[in-house]
Amino acid sequence: MTPAPGSHDTLERAFREEYGRILATLIRILGDFDLAEECLQDAAVSALDHWRDAGPPANPGAWLTATARNRAIDLLRRRHALDARLEAVQREMDLYDTSSNQPGEDDRLRLIFTCCHPALNLESQVALTLRTLGGLATPEVARAFLMAEPAMAQRLVRAKRKIRDAHIPYRVPDEDALPQRLEAVLAVLYLIFNEGYLASTGDNLIRGELCVEAIRLARLLASLMPGQPDTHALLALMLLQDSRRQTRVTAEGELVLLDDQDRSRWDSAEIADGVAELDRSIDLQSRRQPAAHASAYQLQAAIASLHAQARTAADTDWVEIAQLYRELAAVQDTPVVRLNRAAAIAMADGPEVGLVWLDAMAGDSDLAGYYLYHAARGNLLRRLDRRPVAAEAYRRALEMCTNSVEGRYLRRQLAQLEEGSG
Amino acid sequence: MPRYLALIYGREADMPALNSPERQQVSAAYGSFTEDVQKGGVLRGGDALLPTSMATTVRVRDGKTLTTDGPFAETKEQLGGFYAFECKDLDEAIAWAAKIPGAAVGSIEVRPILEM
Repeated sequence: MTPAPGSHDTLERAFREEYGRILATLIRILGDFDLAEECLQDAAVSALDHWRDAGPPANPGAWLTATARNRAIDLLRRRHALDARLEAVQREMDLYDTSSNQPGEDDRLRLIFTCCHPALNLESQVALTLRTLGGLATPEVARAFLMAEPAMAQRLVRAKRKIRDAHIPYRVPDEDALPQRLEAVLAVLYLIFNEGYLASTGDNLIRGELCVEAIRLARLLASLMPGQPDTHALLALMLLQDSRRQTRVTAEGELVLLDDQDRSRWDSAEIADGVAELDRSIDLQSRRQPAAHASAYQLQAAIASLHAQARTAADTDWVEIAQLYRELAAVQDTPVVRLNRAAAIAMADGPEVGLVWLDAMAGDSDLAGYYLYHAARGNLLRRLDRRPVAAEAYRRALEMCTNSVEGRYLRRQLAQLEEGSG
Repeated sequence: MPRYLALIYGREADMPALNSPERQQVSAAYGSFTEDVQKGGVLRGGDALLPTSMATTVRVRDGKTLTTDGPFAETKEQLGGFYAFECKDLDEAIAWAAKIPGAAVGSIEVRPILEM
């Protein structure tokens, strides 16, 4: 159902789509994050007033840009800015046209690389990306990270201050710096996605919005830098994971494991899209860097793709998945990867083999304090009907688990085991 | 253009003895870097410092000058020298800082200079 003209929804949508684009260009022209935001905010308020009655114009972007431009000129005049700077703003904005940017020169690329600059701490990178490119208001960003609004506002202020005072440049990095810098951007986008995907407490609406936002930004990045295999791989991974989002948790907020998820409710369009992006990524890499190994994102996306395309849990190609985890562990040796690999091996070769793998990792301090390790052991022991040791493992997992939804799941497993034993 | 100090931190204890061949290598590396950064047009100054055992810390409290032996704080890595750069932006400063020989074994703090 289309919202009525002049309604808040239409404005929201039009605004969000244009906000990042216009802001990115305003920042370049004005050379000042705060001034650019102020002008755009004022334009937005003005838009709300005008559009509420008359409805949004045919080209909301152009309208917002023109309004922000006039506001900028106004503010610069009031601050007694040098005439030269004023002239430059007027000239640049007269030339500015929302569709005229060349892909490589897109100001949004400049903005995203600046937001994700390594001189800023990670939390600031995430907050700034959501606020500027995502167009989320400060209270929304604060809610997404379960922070108080003043604290989030402070974080944003500090980050912008550092950009200004340390002279972090507003540009796309050079060829030689690009791989590392792009990696940082992808990491921020994936962080935003996971914040939305894995969270089980807090505002559910904002959580879904974060996934949507992360995907939108990844898509934007892939369109602005089409030749990079990893941008497509990350997009693929996000799409494939997102396709399951609705089935991860019950209406009551209880965790549903992959095996038990209702696959008919997985988003098939997203799955198809994700598979296509993964193919694109692999194809790009084979043409540009034929000798290179598959990247972590590619491998994770491939695993997600195998799950997504299995019609039922029983149809899952666990042998292939175990092999992919083996390759993944070689490039990303983290506790989660090691665990998932053991779990895949257990599915492919049976719980006894899986248990041997897990027990071999017992000396690893990273894993010994990780609740999922003990939960995984508990699961395999239960499948082997070794109930007392299984219960013991679940108990240890519960001790370390801080997530309420997963905690409830573990408690249920434990209860079932304890019921069963004599 | 913005100016920065690149502060070179490293473990003094790991610095090879003066006049040793290893020390000559370190000096040569710094000499070579200094030449490069000079040619790059961004060098505005720089020096090596004597070790923290030669440092003296001065404070004035209630009109009294308090002088103590040693650096102001005991840290795991000590300030051993610095360079002053004038670069077009932070990225350029970072790129040069990364080439300082001390970056490979210690840490370089890059700080913008407050322009009056």
